[in-house]
Amino acid sequence: MTDMPLLPLFILLTSLLASPILFALPERAANLRTGINLGVAAIKVALVAWLGWKVSQGVVYDVHFTVLPGLDFKLQADPLALLFVSLSAILWLITTVYSVGYLESGSHRARFFGFFSLCVAATVGVAMAGNLFTFLIFYELLTLATYPLVIHRGSAEALRAGRIYLIYTLAGGLVLLLGTLGLWIVAGTTDFVPGGILADVAAEQRLVAQMLFVVLVGAVGVKAALVPFHAWLPIAMVAPAPVSALLHAVAVVKAGAFGIMRVVYEVFGIETAQAIGMTAPLAALAAITIIYGSLKAITQDDIKKRLAYSTVSQVSYITLGVALASPIAAVGALAHLIHQGLMKITMFMAAGNLAEGLGVKKVSQMNGVGRAMPGTMLAFTAAALAMIGLPPLAGFVSKWYLAQGGLDTGAVWVVALLLGSSLLNAIYFLPMLYRAWFRDGTETEAVPARRRIGWMLAAPPITTALMVLAVGGFANAPFSPLEWTRFVVAIEYQE
Amino acid sequence: MTIDAMTLTLFLPLFGAMAAFVLPRAATGIGLVTVLATCGAVWLLALEVLKAGAVITPLGGWEAPLGIALRADGLSLAMLAMTSGVGLLVSLGALNALRDLRQRQYFWPLWLLLLTGMNGVYLGTDIFNLYVMIEVIALAAVGLTVLSGTKEALRAGLEYMYASILGALLFLMGVGFVYLHLGRLDFAGLLEAEPSGALSAALALMLVGLLLKTALFPLHFWLPAAHANATAPASALLSGLVVKAALYIFLRLTTYMPLPDEILVTLIGALGAGAVLWGGVQALRAERLKLLVAWSTVVQIGLIFIAFARAGQVGLTESWKAAALLILAHGVAKAAMFLAAGRIKDELGHDIIRDLDKSNIRPTLAQFTFALAAISIIGLPPSLGFIGKWTLMEGAMAAGYWHWVVVTMIGTLLSVAYFSRVFAGFLRFDRVRAPVGEHQGWALADVAPLTLAIASISLGLMAAPILSFLELGYALGVMP
Repeated sequence: MTDMPLLPLFILLTSLLASPILFALPERAANLRTGINLGVAAIKVALVAWLGWKVSQGVVYDVHFTVLPGLDFKLQADPLALLFVSLSAILWLITTVYSVGYLESGSHRARFFGFFSLCVAATVGVAMAGNLFTFLIFYELLTLATYPLVIHRGSAEALRAGRIYLIYTLAGGLVLLLGTLGLWIVAGTTDFVPGGILADVAAEQRLVAQMLFVVLVGAVGVKAALVPFHAWLPIAMVAPAPVSALLHAVAVVKAGAFGIMRVVYEVFGIETAQAIGMTAPLAALAAITIIYGSLKAITQDDIKKRLAYSTVSQVSYITLGVALASPIAAVGALAHLIHQGLMKITMFMAAGNLAEGLGVKKVSQMNGVGRAMPGTMLAFTAAALAMIGLPPLAGFVSKWYLAQGGLDTGAVWVVALLLGSSLLNAIYFLPMLYRAWFRDGTETEAVPARRRIGWMLAAPPITTALMVLAVGGFANAPFSPLEWTRFVVAIEYQE
Repeated sequence: MTIDAMTLTLFLPLFGAMAAFVLPRAATGIGLVTVLATCGAVWLLALEVLKAGAVITPLGGWEAPLGIALRADGLSLAMLAMTSGVGLLVSLGALNALRDLRQRQYFWPLWLLLLTGMNGVYLGTDIFNLYVMIEVIALAAVGLTVLSGTKEALRAGLEYMYASILGALLFLMGVGFVYLHLGRLDFAGLLEAEPSGALSAALALMLVGLLLKTALFPLHFWLPAAHANATAPASALLSGLVVKAALYIFLRLTTYMPLPDEILVTLIGALGAGAVLWGGVQALRAERLKLLVAWSTVVQIGLIFIAFARAGQVGLTESWKAAALLILAHGVAKAAMFLAAGRIKDELGHDIIRDLDKSNIRPTLAQFTFALAAISIIGLPPSLGFIGKWTLMEGAMAAGYWHWVVVTMIGTLLSVAYFSRVFAGFLRFDRVRAPVGEHQGWALADVAPLTLAIASISLGLMAAPILSFLELGYALGVMP
């Protein structure tokens, strides 16, 4: 029984309606603002938990109304949506705590939190969109809501970054519009259906289906930072630390990766995508992105830039897992959606703490920071090791499944790719850890703005680091992301 | 003569205009009451149309073709509703924007006269009456243009007047030709007439006149200066509503007298494409905020003509819906945008885009309103502008007219580019000399534009009822 059929809508509205209230609050009403932020974020987590419970009980949600003849605005709560919604709800709560701490003395907080809230609403909408049309609406909203966050500092550099970000993402959105229209004309529907809706079209008009695949995946690939559409991501790291954390972990990049999943699994269907011969090129593109991102990361001295290039590389694991067209690899891809989010948000928050507490923004300044900020650096270390793929941490679990999936489909090169990528990960992360823990801090360098960071900055990365440990260590426990992932894959592969 | 909703829609603003002219001290009150009452009349009329489809009222009891008949169907009612609804909010915005007593005295009679003219156009059923009404509109619109009293406004108003007179003259010549040829001027007569060379020539004259009035590239020369230099509420009316009247006539005429050649349709689309590109480039180069907004009107008019053109010779059976949606979307969003731009100008004391970020005064809510309106004008979801663009592109793609799709996409990117110049000015802070104090970011005057902007976004989610309303009474499924 569905006692609350509109539950998905309520989850969307929590942050959507909080946004205008946050805009309207005067700048000095800091406590009230914090209260609303945390309250709404907590309510959202509770509602998502409830939704998860209901969905696992077999309740099907479908909220829709007609926008144009035959074309609906549609929200659903399928297991795939739930996976992403849970991730964003939980990480939003944690990031909100962090942002409150981070912006304590900053300006324009009303604006910041208003758009922050809107950004989360858009992510939730992307997750729960029941068709490509609705997905498009929230995908564009996400662009618009994140732009003011990226340029929050209001400096010339931030504005330049914002302009590049806007050009890339809005152009991507325009191409997505084109693809959605094409899908609508060709298939007569834009609904997300496990197994896809294009099997017939692909059989009759192979070329049309192929073009549609290129257009749609290319469009969402912009946000997923697939090479060659990745250039905006390292530039957009001028944003404040909590924004970068959210952008890289749940919001923008993940919306792109999630979009790739929806398009491949539920618009085309993995079999159709394979039949029109598009999965292999996608896998190749993902492989190129993985290697390229890692190579670029090695050369970056700026911590956030290094992390950004690492994201370019890591998010493509998800694409790779989708494109390998093997259920086992798909488990790896979905698990990585969660795992990468947890790891990367930890690292960005830790990087923010280094900048705030010690004024350290470059890798070359990291000597001895472990002793100065042990909690933060422990969290960073855990996330970095997980990302390299040290068993039994989170990153290992995803890589394990991806490699197995590669072997499963006979693509042995995937194993080599993953080993190579892990090696590169080690090359760019281990020196950071080495400097932090084993080199003495040089007091000669002027250490600007050394201040004690409050618990609101210290606690969030530690929390997410613990989650990194937990999702890896207890990967096989019931209700772990991995278990849920297996459930989702069974649906997408219609087993 | 019975008093019905349709007659009221036409005569309420006319009497209001006279009253406001005669009693200048009470002009504001008379104006507001009249606009509100007109909204009520349109509402009543809408109920009738919903019930009966098309509603026809012969004025003074004389039937067409001898007398003057008024007719309302879904399309005309949508135009009426947009006009009075947007008009009401612009009127509220004008309460604050017009500080000068003389401006206030002239604004209200002119605006009510304008409303009379536009309502007349949307209810008219014969082309001579349409001619009279567009002259009324032109008279009032030129008056509103020069209302601000600046030298630039006077010059722009003069240019506007020349263009307007020329356009009306061409239209009148066309009307004369039709009368000589057919002996009647009502829509039904046009529909029944056999196509002939003389009629085509008449149509061409009328259409060129209308293109001049609606400022389709390259006949747009008068528009940017006129719309940019008027006071904000006048700009909102001119850009949001006035150009739509000529567009509407264009839409109607070409349904009842289809263009004789496919090439002409393509030509009109090509001019639209020219408007999109040229207007976009000019908006990129504009130095002042209001000028940028005015150029974006040129772009949007072009887009509407592309929507019009993509149906081709087959007729307007489907394409006019995209055009109608874009007309409505632009009316609401552009009014919001001009009012917001006016608010920003009032607060900052200037509207030079380059210097938007120089001071710490940030009329935040007006800027926010501007951004919301821009979302609809760029055509981002879920705004009404997006739905219009979606319908346009859907039709063009389905028909295989890829060139219109490409132009639309380029236009979208251009509009992102020129609006992002403005957003950067809103959000940049490192050039502020004085420290950013706690500026009160909003005022009561922001309510009207904000309401319009929110409407321009949320109406997109109501596109399905709007579309089915548009079709009431065979709007353009022919049968006048």
